[in-house]
Amino acid sequence: MEIELKNISYFRDGKYILKNVYFKFEKNGIYTVIGPSGAGKSTMLKLINRLIEPTEGAIFINGVEYKNIDVILLRRKIGMVFQRPFLFEGTVKENIELGPFLRGEKNIDALFYLEAVGLSKDYLFKDVNNLSGGEAQRVSIARALANSPEVLLLDEPTSSLDPTSASIIEELIKRLNREGIMVILVTHNMEQAKRIGDYTLFLYKGELIEARKTGEFFENPISEVSMLFLKGKLKEMIK
Amino acid sequence: MSTSSLIFASSLVFVAVFISYYQKLGIEKEIIIGTARAVFQLMVVGYILHYIFSANNALFTLAMVAVMILVAGDNASKRGKEIPKIFYYVTFSIAVSAAVTLSLLILFGNIKFEPQQVIPVSGMIIGNSMVASGLSVSRLKDEIKNRQEEIEAYLALGATSRQAAQKVIKMSIKTGMMPTVDSMKTLGIVQLPGMMTGLILGGVDPITAVKYQIMVTFMLASTVAISCFTVTFLTYRTFFTKQHQLRQAF
Repeated sequence: MEIELKNISYFRDGKYILKNVYFKFEKNGIYTVIGPSGAGKSTMLKLINRLIEPTEGAIFINGVEYKNIDVILLRRKIGMVFQRPFLFEGTVKENIELGPFLRGEKNIDALFYLEAVGLSKDYLFKDVNNLSGGEAQRVSIARALANSPEVLLLDEPTSSLDPTSASIIEELIKRLNREGIMVILVTHNMEQAKRIGDYTLFLYKGELIEARKTGEFFENPISEVSMLFLKGKLKEMIK
Repeated sequence: MSTSSLIFASSLVFVAVFISYYQKLGIEKEIIIGTARAVFQLMVVGYILHYIFSANNALFTLAMVAVMILVAGDNASKRGKEIPKIFYYVTFSIAVSAAVTLSLLILFGNIKFEPQQVIPVSGMIIGNSMVASGLSVSRLKDEIKNRQEEIEAYLALGATSRQAAQKVIKMSIKTGMMPTVDSMKTLGIVQLPGMMTGLILGGVDPITAVKYQIMVTFMLASTVAISCFTVTFLTYRTFFTKQHQLRQAF
């Protein structure tokens, strides 16, 4: 899938959250989106998922303006996982089946998706309240996978997890990408971006400052803002 | 009851004023203004009802019911004043619940289409609808605000606005209905309702008063269910765009 952000801006409460951003996600890879808090990273994901509408500019999916694509279909093809897993009351199985169930599908192989995120069948009938943070996040990814997405938008999925759980999720992201799913990952964790990102987009005050191959960006940032950010010398420091 | 005994009863208000003064609640002025307004409003309503009852005209009766609905709609919509068109949604919901319940009561022969019966019964229906729909709107607004991320997580999975809001819709309807359902459970034990008390004070046989009260209970169950259901389903849509996006303005 190809996603083109064509000069998009998002204006809210008297200020630009995103400003004139142009970028084309065209190759299957892991794109990490980094930048200080309030840079517009999560807003970018919400715009791609069409949870919000760009104030200016347009988004094209495989060359078609996404306003011309059925929004429900679009969201199934471009799945999104949030920082908090937001599992719904019930069992793991019920959560995984939710997406297909919403469009009237039954007989979903929940176990397939559960195993895809590295959890055993013992989890299938577990109450979601009895899951650890890492397990809950993996279930939320399995739930998104049950919609058979071509793209996964991940909004800081490991920020509240311990290092072991975070590492499991990172391995999962890499595997899903190898299996053909494009991943756009918002992260505050520079080391994570270096470890798993093929491409890195650096946002600052709503503007896309740099978008390059990850290795090149971290070794040789072009703009002064990027350099200061990587050295931790920007005013809005990363957490 | 004689007018003089009513004047003596007014001294009860001074008990409230005294407690406010003694405990420095600072609401003495409000109690006096509230009492004066209540007396004035009831006197005016008394004379209007006296005129309508003696005229026994269907149009006057319906006009009186319409005024009650409009005032109730205006009052209940204050619970969600940030929501566009909320006055129309609430007023429509109250009107629907009043129309359905009143029609059924007349059809079943519980009451006759006479101002003496239609107006007091409408008052009870509309009053309860007003409180119930106000509660529903208020809960709906709060829950959507507090569960914004959860709702967006649903939408991101490909849910429609209706599917994403289903949980808060249920909560809102339930919130509006619960006070009536709770009061039904304790009716006659913890509280003797106003209508029944009024009838007994007026000299009606308690069994007859109870029959009327049972009718009122059935009537209120229906009326709050209809108004909460209608107002919630009309209002939740305003929180979403046609593209199944949660509006950011609320």
